[in-house]
Amino acid sequence: MRFGKLKQKTGIVHINKLWCKGCGFCVKYCPTGVLELSKEYNHKGYHPPYVKHADQCRLCKFCEVICPEFTIYVTDEEEENHSA
Amino acid sequence: MNAPMTDEERFRKENPMSEFLRMERMPHIWCPGCGIGTVVNSFAEALKKSDLDMDKVAVVSGIGCTGRVAGYMKFDSLHTTHGRAIPVATGLKLANPDMKVVVVSGDGDLTGIGGNHFIHAARRNMDITVICVNNFTYGMTGGQVTPTTPTKANASTTPYGNYEYPFSLPFLADACGATYVARWTSLHARNITNSISEALKHKGFSFIEVITPCTTLYARRNRLGDGLDALQYYHDDSEIVHGADTREVDIEFQSKIKMGTFVHREKPTYLEAVNTHYANVIGDEYQLYGKTTPEREAEKKAQEQANQGSK
Repeated sequence: MRFGKLKQKTGIVHINKLWCKGCGFCVKYCPTGVLELSKEYNHKGYHPPYVKHADQCRLCKFCEVICPEFTIYVTDEEEENHSA
Repeated sequence: MNAPMTDEERFRKENPMSEFLRMERMPHIWCPGCGIGTVVNSFAEALKKSDLDMDKVAVVSGIGCTGRVAGYMKFDSLHTTHGRAIPVATGLKLANPDMKVVVVSGDGDLTGIGGNHFIHAARRNMDITVICVNNFTYGMTGGQVTPTTPTKANASTTPYGNYEYPFSLPFLADACGATYVARWTSLHARNITNSISEALKHKGFSFIEVITPCTTLYARRNRLGDGLDALQYYHDDSEIVHGADTREVDIEFQSKIKMGTFVHREKPTYLEAVNTHYANVIGDEYQLYGKTTPEREAEKKAQEQANQGSK
């Protein structure tokens, strides 16, 4: 779907695995299914999520808001490339 | 010599929430699946969208799991004694009328221990914002019954089920005279953000109830599963009814949850009422409440200078 010159946004998901308590909110409520719980453990013994489909992220930042541990944030891929 | 930054240190620094949170205190003490973090996120999001001066925002909370919010947020914050968040907030507002005072506390703290303060702040229409995180139990002390625990729900003080009638908080706030009343669940993070934005702009007593899961005590004792099950229940059984009659929004055990903005009306706030009343009774001699001494002196000086200039 195209709307003139508007481009689809893509986000980069940053996850801090150390603070995660494996509640799974981000995985279940990501509208495009970017995340999945990993099989690994973190040092607390929980399964933190990992980015499975990085190209699917549309920068809605819902995982950032729903995460009760403040352990996910999303940045705009374009801005990131500009500043780098 | 500087040691290289670890991943955790970098995350603390680069996280956009570092503007609002005392990152050195993270990770926090809340249980996995708890909804308080979502409420804090939404609150921070609402502050980000607002054009408030962050130095003029104060967060006050009482005791309990939600009482920790004041300690974690990077504002002028007060962690008060049990139930006394609203009196302290009232004092703060009266001493500093241009400050934005936000109370974030739990249901037991605000309406159980501090119920009297809650109804009187609502009655006076104090210009403060109250965010009540309602998890139907006293989480930190071991799952006792609160005034909002639904009938039949199990709690550690009612192991055979609760036989009391619970408060419906929007009805209580509305009946006491609150001028902004809303309810959401912790799943509806965007709606909480919008609601808090509205409440911050609103003049008068604004009350937002957020239903959150307590996985460790309430959900475990009642065999309701984990945080995800609670959010699924909010997803399936919640219904947005803006402007609903607050008499009909009570929550029974695992019943339908009606949510939305129930009350939004204008009424003079406490300080406005003080000023209009005394201006009527005393007349011109009355000095308007809410100006600090340096402000008054500066005004006097400016007036004197203007007088000298005209001479």
